[in-house]
Formats: sequence, C-alpha cells, structure tokens
Amino acid sequence: MSMLDKLSRLKVPELSRRAFAAICALTALALLIALWLASGQHTFDLFQTRGQIANRERTLLIFSMLLAALVLVPVYYMLYTFAWRYKTGHDHKYSPNWDTDKKYETIWWGIPIAIITVLAAVTWVTSHSLDPYKPLNDDRQHLKVQVIALQYKWLFLYPDQEVASVNKLVIPNKWPIELDITSDAPMNSFWVPQLSGQIYAMPGMSTKLHLDAQQRGTFKGMSSNISGADFSKMNFTVESVGIEDFKTWVTNAKQGGHFTADSYTKLAKPGGAQPVTYHLHDKSIYDNAIMKYMGGHQ
Amino acid sequence: MIFASWLGKLDWSYFWHGWVQFGGQIATVGGALTVLAALIYFKKLGWLYRNWLTSLDAKKIGVMYIVVSVVMLLRGFGDAIMMRLQQILGSGGGHGFLSGDHFQQVFTAHGTIMIFFVAMGLMFGIINLILPLQLGARDVAFPLLNSIAFYLYLAGVILVNLSLVFGEFGAVGWLAYPPLSELAYSPGPGVDYWLWSIQIAGIGSTLSGINFLVTILKKRCKGMTLMKMPIFSWSILATMILLLLVFPILTATLFMLSLDRSMGMHFFTADMGGNAMMYINLIWAWGHPEVYVLVLPAFGMYSEIVATFSRKRLFGYTSMVWALMAICVLSFFVWAHHFFTMGAGGNVNAFFGIMTMVIAIPTGVKVFNWLFTMYQGRVHFDTPMWWFMAFATTFLIGGGTGVMLAVPAIDFQVHNSLFLVAHFHNTIIGGVVFGYLAGIAYWLPKIFGFKLHERLGKAAVYCWVTGFFTAFMPIYLLGFMGATRRMEQFDPALQYQGLFIISGIGTAIIGLGVLLQVVQLGYSIWKRKELAAGHDPWHGRTLEWSVPSPAPEYNFARLPVVTERDAFWVAKHGGPALYSGPFKDIEVPKESGVGLVVGLAAAVFGFGVIWQLWWLLPIALAVIIGTLIKQTYVEETERIIPAKELKA
Repeated sequence: MSMLDKLSRLKVPELSRRAFAAICALTALALLIALWLASGQHTFDLFQTRGQIANRERTLLIFSMLLAALVLVPVYYMLYTFAWRYKTGHDHKYSPNWDTDKKYETIWWGIPIAIITVLAAVTWVTSHSLDPYKPLNDDRQHLKVQVIALQYKWLFLYPDQEVASVNKLVIPNKWPIELDITSDAPMNSFWVPQLSGQIYAMPGMSTKLHLDAQQRGTFKGMSSNISGADFSKMNFTVESVGIEDFKTWVTNAKQGGHFTADSYTKLAKPGGAQPVTYHLHDKSIYDNAIMKYMGGHQ
Repeated sequence: MIFASWLGKLDWSYFWHGWVQFGGQIATVGGALTVLAALIYFKKLGWLYRNWLTSLDAKKIGVMYIVVSVVMLLRGFGDAIMMRLQQILGSGGGHGFLSGDHFQQVFTAHGTIMIFFVAMGLMFGIINLILPLQLGARDVAFPLLNSIAFYLYLAGVILVNLSLVFGEFGAVGWLAYPPLSELAYSPGPGVDYWLWSIQIAGIGSTLSGINFLVTILKKRCKGMTLMKMPIFSWSILATMILLLLVFPILTATLFMLSLDRSMGMHFFTADMGGNAMMYINLIWAWGHPEVYVLVLPAFGMYSEIVATFSRKRLFGYTSMVWALMAICVLSFFVWAHHFFTMGAGGNVNAFFGIMTMVIAIPTGVKVFNWLFTMYQGRVHFDTPMWWFMAFATTFLIGGGTGVMLAVPAIDFQVHNSLFLVAHFHNTIIGGVVFGYLAGIAYWLPKIFGFKLHERLGKAAVYCWVTGFFTAFMPIYLLGFMGATRRMEQFDPALQYQGLFIISGIGTAIIGLGVLLQVVQLGYSIWKRKELAAGHDPWHGRTLEWSVPSPAPEYNFARLPVVTERDAFWVAKHGGPALYSGPFKDIEVPKESGVGLVVGLAAAVFGFGVIWQLWWLLPIALAVIIGTLIKQTYVEETERIIPAKELKA
C-alpha cells in the first residue's frame, strides 16, 4: 500500500481541528498577556525580591516549579499521544482485557514516591531554615519593631528608638529586623512580598517575623487577610534607607507629637489614616494591646 | 430581654440597601413568582407535587438536586461576574459599583453557594441517579431519609436566597473566620444567614452520608463483592466515609459559633478566653476533607468514563481502590496547611506540608491508571471523554501549583494571594465541575432516555477550557505580582487592570459555555426523539446500562446476579446472563410529603434564629418532630408493582 493510500485512509480526525483551535486560543491568550506586559513597567514581587528571606523563598518557588514541570511535561506528552494514537479509527493494537501489570504499576507508584521524597526533604529543611521566628544569621543586634494591625491601618512602634509610625515602616538597609506582630482588630496578615513571606496578625497573640532589605527603595506592604469592610485600604510602605538616613528619620520623627495610651485609643478607632510619625512615650502600648484580650469580665 | 420584640431583629432598614441590591431582590422574588405563576397557569402544581416533590424515587430526587444546583450555579456565576467587573473597575483608579462591604458579601455568597449548593448538590444528585442502578439495587437504603436530606439542602438554598431579599449575607469570606464573624465585628444578620443555611444543609449532607454508606454496604446485588463493585461506587464509599467523619465537626463548630452570636458565649471571640484559632483548626479539619468529598466522586466518574469510552477494562482497578482509600485517610492529616502563616513553627508546618504532598502520590497513580486505560484501547471521543481530556489538561496544572503551595516556605509568599485563588479554581473547576458535567453528559441518557446534543456539548467543553485558561492564568500572574485576594480596590499604579480585563474575557468565554449548555439542554429536549438513546448508548460496562432508558421506577424488573467486574460488558461478550428466574412483585416506596414539611419547617427555624424570632423556633421544631413521630405510625409505606406488569 502506498504512503498516499495510507494517508487518505486516515480520516482527518476531529481532534486535530480542535487541537488547532486550542492552540489558536492559547496563542491569543499569550498575545494578550504579552501585550499587557509591553504596556508598562510591571513588578513581579515574588520574583523581583529585595530581601534575603524573599530571595530564598523565590529560589524555592522556582525550584518547585521546575520539579512540577519535570513531572507534568511527560504526563502531558503521554496524555495527548495516547489519546491520539488510540483514538478509534487509527491503526493500533487493541487489548480490551489488559488491565493490570505489576511492573508498570510499580513504576508509577515509584515515580511520584521518589519525587515527593525529594520535595519532602527540601520541605523539612526549609520549614526550619525559613521559619519566620528564626533570627537572621547576623551578629548585629536586630532592630526591634512592634507592629499592631488596626481597623484599617498599621501602627509601627520602635521601642528602642522611641518612635511611633503609622502606615510607614522605615528600616535601615541591609540591617536585620525583628518584628513582633499583633492585631487590635480582627485577624490580619502582615505581608511585604518583596522582603519576606507573610505572617498572621492575631488579636491577643503575638507572632514574629524576621527580615531585611538588601536594597534601598520603597516596597509595598498590605494586609492579606480580610478584616472588615475597608481592609483593602490597609496598605503601608516599607522604606529601606541608609543607616545615616535612618538616624535622621528617627530624630525627625521624635520632633512629632507625643504618642501615648490616649493617642493609641484615638488611633485604634475604625477608619483609615495617612502616614505620620510620633515620639513614642508609652512603651507598654504593644503589651497592653495584647493583654486587653486576656481578661475576663471587667 | 430575649422576648423584647415579636419581630426580633427584623427591621425595615434591612429592606433597602441600594439599587444594585434592589436588582438582586427583584431577580429573586420575580424569579420565584414567575415559576409559581407558570406552574399555576399550566395547571402543573398538582402534577409537580404528586410526581416530583413527594416522590421517594432516588432518580427523581437526583434530578431535583441537579435542577436546584444548576439554578444556584447560575447565581454563583452571576456573583463571579460581579466580582470580576468590580475588580476591573477597582484596579484602574475607579471605585466600581460595589462597596467594600457589598463586594465581600458577594464573594462570601459565591464561595458558599458554589461549594455547598452547587458542588454538593450536583454530587448528591448524580449519586442518587446512578448509585443504586450501578449496585444492582432497586433503591437506596432509606428512601424517606433521602427525601428529608434533599429538603434540608433545599432549606439551605432558600435561606441563602432569602438573604438577597431580607437583609444581607455574611461579609466574612466563605469560612467566616472569627473574630471577624463574631458579633463584635459583624453585628448584622449576614453571618447568621451564612451560618444557618450551611448548618441546615450540612445536616442534610450527614443524613445522605448515612444513607449512601448503608446503601453501598447492604444493597449490592447478589455476587457483587466489594472488589467487584464498579469504581464509581467505590469512590462514593470512600466519599461517604469521609463525609460522615467530618460533617459532625462542621455541625459542632457552626453550633458553637451560633452560640457565640446568639447567646453571648465566647468559644471563638478574641477576648474572654475565646480562641479564634480553635475555630480555624476545626473548620479546616472539616474543610480540607470536604474538598476530597467533592473531588473523589469526580475521580470515580472519570474512571468509569475513560474505561467505557476506551472500550477497555479500567487499568489497575486494585491500585485505584487503594489510591481512593489512601486519599480518604490522608486527607485527615493535612488541614493545617491552610494556615502555615499562623506561626506554628517549623516542625508542625513541615509535618503538614509533607503530608499534603504525600496525597499527590495516590492522585498521580490515578492519573497514570487513566492514561494506561486509554493505552491500547479504542478511544471514542464523545462529549464525556472530552470532559475527561479537559479535566486532565487543567487539573494537572492545579495539582502542580497545589504541591507548590504545600511547601510552607513558599506558602508564606502565596498564602491568601490571587495565586491561591487561581490554584483552587484550577482544581475545583478542572477537577470537580468538569467531572460532574462529564457525569451528567454520561448518565443523563439513562434517566431521560435521550442523549444531549453532541456538537453543542463539545462546543461548551471548548468554551469552558479556553475560558478557564483565559480567566485564571492571569490570576496566577497577579499572585506573582503580590496581589491579595478579596480586594475590591487596588492601587492603579500597580497596573493590575490589564490582567483583570483578560481574566474578564475568560469569564465571558466560560459564560458562553454555560449558555451553550443551557441551549444544549433545551435543544436536546426538543429533539429528544432523534436523540433517543437505547438502553446502552455508550457501550457501557456496568449494570446501569443493562436496564431500559429511561430507567424504570423500580430500576430492575428482576434483580441481577453478578460474577465479575464490568458485569454488563462481560454479559454482552458471552458471559453468564445477568437476569434469570421468574418475575416477582416489587415493592416501591409510596410518595410522601414528610421531607417537604420537615425541610420547610427547618427553613422557618433557620429564619427564626437569624432574625431572633424566638417564638417561632418551638413551633418549627414541633412541626419537624411531630411530623417525624407521626410518620413512625404509618404502616403502609410501600406500594406493590405486580409481576404481571413487569413482563409487559
């Protein structure tokens, strides 16, 4: 039988027209996204990271994507080739009763087990090395900042520098930072994606996050957990500045008004707020914000 | 104090919120009145009551589940369109048409409806249609309980829709984390609507779980040992075990939250010794197994479909059973992966992360087994098989991103981001929705006697898949850009709007797919004579294809005897006959209005708690308990179909 005969005997399968249509649709989608990419400057925070913790999390993210691709590409290949080759009407072997094969089944219990074992080892190590409670590997004294999530703003308290700042966290560049985080509102989540992963801010509880910035600049921060009608406006900025600039900022901030327990009560009322700095007078504000949930009936 | 007012919290101010909400009120009331008016005009109310509402035939109950679920799917999809539109507007500098609070109500309703009233409804619907037929049984174990469970589900649906008319819905996310969902931060009736609609529907689910578990264990036909049972029935066995173990957790958790809200208790409040984190642990101890409750039946459907349309035995049946049961057990050990960001420490996070990844092993095995079922088969690409290909194409990506999310240190960066939103839509649409739509396309001919139109069905699959990728790939990218979920407003400087617009185009394409399916259904009913399906339209393998289409009320005129897996396939290919011996009289359950009364009374009860109409509660409870007690005195619960009629 000539090649031509063989080809003409193969009906142009519906699948190929549909596959063509699917490829067209995917191309259109890719083009749309490319158009959007070309339309301006976009920051992919999870990849354009600017802190050592976020850098390491990015490496892990890329590793896991490659590992997933390693599994998925051959599976996709098998899916489409099997569907094509064994489509009815195509010449192929037909074994309607072939339903078990020890060798094959061992292989595909084995492959996922092997891959998950690798990923599990990586998970065990990184769950500990990237635990947000773990101080950064740095001999210098961490800069301590206390963070309180309020409805709908963030309060940053620097007990050692005696500064209080609303919706703006200023940190010295390349300096280890230790954040104590709580909420005097429903649960929130503290997230500065370019510097580090997030951690919950919970009323009556204190969580910890260690991070640094490896570059000067302004980074976006937010609450990533719903906490009320205006939580989408709980944005803040993190400014990473030189150590001298940081000292200047502290000095200037202390020129501002005094921040006391009364100022805190006023600030804590629901509503938004503009960035502003104060001279922190009362260092027990953070502890009191937690302890107020510890009592029974007043 | 409790009896301060007969009207409880009901107040006129809850009726008017604004024009957008008014649209919802009109649509709900108008829709209900139109259906009622049509029924009265065409004099179908009595027919509906006698033939459907009071029927204890599992297949009819299944159809009712599916009808209600599809209506709710349209509503949930409407919510999705509103959200996407708002995000398109709200990421470009405008305010959009939804306030923060209203946007939050919309996504809370979307999640709640899609999980509890669409996915669960479709699941119970399809199980009701097919499970007894597949087991060679005439009925489920407890037909009346089945009806009651359906009406409790319907009571939940009624409450969710009432929230559109009277009052508001929760603005707290679909799992309503406290302390936000506590009285201190959510004083309105919205959270109560959320709470009682799923509480009542959830009790219905538990009852169904008991019913189907017993059905599988006790009602299989002669010769069908567990390891000869069709794989879909196996998946339902695994699902019902899971469901029965976790739904009581949901019931108890919701009950405690409702005590907090209605009685001033402090289980989960931030102060007075309450522990919100306990709620989050409990709700996910239910919530994670719940996603397997939804997806395991879909896996079972794909297994049936791949084998049938490959004209080949399912590859690795034993592996499949073990994989199902492994997933069933493992799903209890993963719940804390929903809150790695709570600060539990390296050991706890690593444990739950690794357990989550381990689930990928049995799931991977299932995928390989499906692939090798096609291998050396004769694959016929009818619509259900298209759904399988659509599922495999999308779900694999969802599985990959799921394993990424399972690594705690990665989760810190993608938790609560739009990456997560894209991931779970990837698995739920690709896995659950495509599976159930495949199941409906596959099994509907058995119930109604005609096939759904092929080309319209395939066009719908095509729209769903391309629409899905167009709608959710941009959402993954937004996650990489550090965009958080549940936001109605984004800083325009972040330039998210372009991706939201692309995603909106995808939503429109999915909408076209939904529309095509509605058209497909209508067209297929119109052309039902041409599309008529014989008893075995797909060259099926299992018992349901051995009876006429539509399947008779009693399923089997004579009960089958089975000697092997794929009993019907074997019988068609020279194996022993399934049916022999004389015809005998058949008992079928008599119609009963008990379920309807119990369900409506439960809805009234829920409405009473939500609005604190305390006087209403004992009345509703008395109706429920009284009806059930009265039922125990009814002796004639069955009617006889004589053997003479069967032979004809």
